[in-house]
Parts: sequence; structure tokens; C-alpha cells
Amino acid sequence: MSGRRKLAGWGRYPVLDARLYQPRDVADVQDLVQRQPGLIARGNGRAYGDSAVNADSTIDMRLLNRMLAFDAERGQLVAEAGVLLGDIIAAFLPRGWFPMVTPGTKFVTLGGAIAADVHGKNHHRDGSFRSCVDWIEVMGADGRITRCSADQDPQLFTHTLGGMGLTGIVIRAALRLRPVQTGWIRQVGHPAANLAAAMEIFETSADATYSVAWIDCLGTGSQLGRSLVMLGEHAVPADLSPEAAEDPLRPPAKGKRTVPFDFPRLALNRWTVRAFNALYYRAGVRNAGAQVVDWDSYFYPLDALQRWNRIYGRQGFAQFQCVLPLARSEAGLTALLQAIAQAGAGSFLAVLKRFGAQNSPFSFPMEGYTLALDFPVTSRTLALLDRLDAIAVANGGRFYLAKDSRMSASTLRASDDRAIAFARMRAEQGWDGRFHSHQSERLSL
Amino acid sequence: MTKPSVLILGGRSDIGLATARAFAAQGHPIRLAARQSALLDPERADIALRHDVDVTLHDFDVLATDSHAAFLDSLPDLPGIAVCAVGAGGDQEESERDSDAAVQVMRTNFEGPAAIFTQLANRFETRGSGTLVGISSVAGERGRATNYVYGSAKAGYTAFLSGLRNRLASKGVHVVTVLPGFVATRMTRDMDLPAALTAQPAEVGAAIAKAVARRKDVIYTRPVWRLIMMIIRNIPEKIFKGMRL
Repeated sequence: MSGRRKLAGWGRYPVLDARLYQPRDVADVQDLVQRQPGLIARGNGRAYGDSAVNADSTIDMRLLNRMLAFDAERGQLVAEAGVLLGDIIAAFLPRGWFPMVTPGTKFVTLGGAIAADVHGKNHHRDGSFRSCVDWIEVMGADGRITRCSADQDPQLFTHTLGGMGLTGIVIRAALRLRPVQTGWIRQVGHPAANLAAAMEIFETSADATYSVAWIDCLGTGSQLGRSLVMLGEHAVPADLSPEAAEDPLRPPAKGKRTVPFDFPRLALNRWTVRAFNALYYRAGVRNAGAQVVDWDSYFYPLDALQRWNRIYGRQGFAQFQCVLPLARSEAGLTALLQAIAQAGAGSFLAVLKRFGAQNSPFSFPMEGYTLALDFPVTSRTLALLDRLDAIAVANGGRFYLAKDSRMSASTLRASDDRAIAFARMRAEQGWDGRFHSHQSERLSL
Repeated sequence: MTKPSVLILGGRSDIGLATARAFAAQGHPIRLAARQSALLDPERADIALRHDVDVTLHDFDVLATDSHAAFLDSLPDLPGIAVCAVGAGGDQEESERDSDAAVQVMRTNFEGPAAIFTQLANRFETRGSGTLVGISSVAGERGRATNYVYGSAKAGYTAFLSGLRNRLASKGVHVVTVLPGFVATRMTRDMDLPAALTAQPAEVGAAIAKAVARRKDVIYTRPVWRLIMMIIRNIPEKIFKGMRL
């Protein structure tokens, strides 16, 4: 049930030597919590950096993956922390339910989604994952399980959502699902020639259920921030082709491909990324307008390409995701995009999104714009990431810990005054001695 | 059309649960039978929620053979498929020291499973249909110093299943013998098993569901074990007795 191995996050940077335990039930977890001096829970390893790695003991929670109860009146599912969002969709979409909030991959566990308080394309309307979580059961440093919610032990609830596993181990939770009539999304694409145009579309599309933009971060001058904004709505049977409408909750399963090996470093450079971006934008302009796509292609396009993290090569990649307050968004995003284009270090998975009001006090999102990009890890891109950090901080921005793998403790403190209070609370509650990750140590949380 | 129910004897075992999941995924109602079955309620809920099928729990003790008829009568219906995942590895050293312990291992792995299958076989034969799946072990293919008590019980069970299959072949009742090699379960959690030879319980469950659908007689999981056991069976006894396996 345990062994030493190389562990990393989805970005495969940094890679650490760690001891991994795989408990089978709550009693096993209890035993580990009481025996190990320091530990961190790990879900399906989709955080990009070192959030879910502790060299002495990393607790793989994936075997605690039972669905325990479903209340069809309220759409409330009670499940153990290791259940994958994809399992929930597989079980409940055929019965007309879909997650209320989902990140860009369905391969996250319930516990991981809570720990990162993930957000989706509907954040501007529905808020972060917290919006659909009724309660959480958390195992503390003494092995006891506490149920917390907005009314019951709200301090634990609030800080477990977005607390990156540093308040204890999420054991079970109750989350509400959204009723849907079909497994399809009505998608409308809007090309935007530059950043101002993209932001204009977001600002006038606040009613759309889902909105997100792919952004070409190699554009310069009048093309700086050229984007494809994609809006989406859950389709109703009348939107579907007669064939699809026959079984509207079960779109045909998609094929899967796997990246077979680590791409060589040279495969991704400014020219290949520039060519990709140009083609992608042109295809987007050509396909602008409405189309109906299945849930899997709409929400999880990258899940169809298993182990896509290999395209960045063996050295891995680093994600950068910040959010800038609304008033500083345009200036801050312009400065970030200029710095990226200047460095010629384009990322082809660059995403821009308008966040709605902050609904969870300790979580990453706040009202404004979030930009997410990834870069292969090299000394040059690490230096660029430091420059981007500084630009974000100068514009009142803060960072998403689920994506971070290399930020400094001083950058975190400069960007987020909640960090010091959180570290103090961890000390007061006795959480810091027991629950820590490579990331929490790096960031002095 | 509703699918026939699947009875899992030994519903607490990792292989039993994995088999239940594989059949539930195909839409079969599931009957989980084990001692203190109420403790299996989280598994019952999980299988029912994931697969939208009826799952019920039933108390069953494989060693209490005089209660077997009443147990079968108490089920909601006569199952279409019955899987026996009951078994206990036992402790070979203890079985060598203490003949009572050895008898317990033999009864749990052979006598009990054979007794319940005797009753199920007769009911299936009367009905003229049904599938019996017995989970035996490659350990029953040849006795080895390190686990021959367990192995001998499994050898008996394998022979029993073979005979039962022969008897019922013309009666519409099919018997599948499952011979798992190493499986990563609670029973083997502290052993250091070679990864390439070790199946996950879900793999065994899926293989069983497939074997039932294709009316296979004997399956090995993983299939490489068929080759390994062929070699082990064919080592001359003169050499074998001096080997440490």
C-alpha cells in the first residue's frame, strides 16, 4: 500500500521523490493521519505543480470513491472524496444531471475540486465550485471527522474550499447537480480582432451560461489579444438533429487518443505555435456562428487527448494563471500579452475568461479577468514567468495555486493579503504541523 | 427486457465487488451476499447509484451449510448468474502447526463453496438455465510448500467445477471456472507482487462478465498465467520437489 516513487503534478514539473500511500477506507486514512508527522492528500494529480506532493507521505485518495446517496428532489449527491467528476457525469447525465461547476478536465476528484475550489466557464454567473457544495466532511489532525458547511463551522468550510488540502483531508461531500435536458451544448463563436474587442464581447454576454476565450498570445500591435470568444448554453431537445434527439442525454462516445511519447523540446517553438495560432484563429473565424456540440467536446476538449502533457517534453511545463480586478484588467492584460509576445514564448493553450463576483472568501476567483497560459519549462520561460508575476502584482492581480509550481513566497504575499492570515490560522488550529505539501512549504503557508 | 439478477457470494471480497460492478454496468440487478451484509451498505449505494440498478444485501455464511437452502429461498428471485468469490488464503505456517486451522481453510475454500453450488446447480437444472461462476485459483494446479493447504482446497474446488460443468452441459446450465493468478486485493496488500503478473480486481471482474457472455469454460486472469501454469504443471516431480517456488 505504500512505496517511494517520483511524483509530480500534471505539468510534470517539479518531479519529486515521495512516499505514496493508498488507503482503502476511512480507517486506513485515520491510521495514516495519526501515524505520519506530515502529509498531504492527493486526488487524480491534475493540479499542475506541487500542490499534492509531500515527500514523506502523499495520500492517494482515489480508492475512497463511493457514491453514497442521491436526492433526486434537490439533485444532491453525497460521495467520497476520490470520486471523479467524469464518474459523476457517466452515472448521472443519462438521468438528466450535470455538474453545476466543472473545470476544463473531468479527470479531477471531488476532493481535488473542493481543495482548489475550481471554476468553470460559468463562473461569471454561477461562481466557483463552492456554489454547488452543500457540506464537506474533513478529517483533522487528530483523525476526527468534522462536517462543515456555510452554517456549521463556516471557518473550516470556507478555508477548505480553496485551501489546497491544508485544512485537513476531505473525506466526503454533498454537492448539487444541475438538471439538464440533453447532453449537448449550443455553442456560438465570436472572433475578436484584439483584446478590447474580446472584452467587449464578454461584457455584453453576461447572460450567457458559459463563456470563455482562446487567446492568441503571440499577436502584436493591432492584433494584440486576438481571440475567439465561445459562448454556450445547454441545448434542449428541439436544438438537436432528429438522430441526436432520439436519445438526447447520451451523445455518441468520443474516440480517445494518447500522446505516445514525450515530444522533443524543439517541437514547440515560436514558429510552430505562431502557425498553430494563425490556423486556429482562421478556423474559428470560418466556423463562427452557432453549432451544437456534445458535452465532452465542449467542456473537455483536451481530455480526448490522453497524456497531452507530454507535448511539452520531458522537462515538463509550467502554467501561469492570474486574475486581475476589473478596473485594471485591460491595462494589466495588455502588459502581460506584450511581455509574452516580446519574449516570443507563445503558449497554444491560452485562455481568457471573465470572472463574476467572488463568492468564496478564500478562493482564487474575484471579479475581473483571468488569463491562463502554459510554457515549457526552460530557464528563459521561468524568467518570463517571474516578469509576468510582477506585472500581475502591479495590477492588483493574484494567482491560482492549483496551477502554480514555481512562484515565490514573497510573490504570494505581495499578491494576496489572505496568505498571512491563512498561515496564522493554520498555526492556531494545529493544521500546519500535520498537513503540508511541497507547495505550502515553498509558499510558507 | 429486464436482465436476470446476479448473486455474488462473498460480496465483501475485492473480486466479488468488482464482478458485481461489471454486471451492474450491463444493467443486471445485484444480490450481494456476505456475513454481516449490512456493513456493505456503502457499496450497495455506490453500485446502485452508478449503474441505476437494484442492489440488495443478504446475510450468508458459506460454512453454515445447513442454512444455505433457507438463504436461497430468501432471495427476491432465483438468480440467473451466481458467482462464488468466497475464499480465505489462511496462514500456511499456522495450517502446518494446527490441523484445525488447516481444516478451516479447506472448508472455506472447498467444502462451503461446493455445498452452496450443489444447491444452486440443482435449482438451475430444474429451471433449465443459469450460469455458475466459481473463483478458484492457480494455486490449485499444483501443490507447493508455501501454500499447499489453500492450494489443495482450490484443487478440489476446480475439480468440482469441472465435474459440475460436465454434468450440466446438456441441461442448459453453464459453469465457468476462474483461475486468477496474483490479484491486488486486501488479501495480498502486504505481499510484494510482480506488477506484470498482477491483475487489478476490476480486470478480473470484467474478464468474468466477458467469460459469462461468451460461455467460456476456464479462464485465467491474467492470460499469461495459462502459460506459467502449463510450465509449472509439467516440471517432473523429481525436480519439482527440490524447487522453492
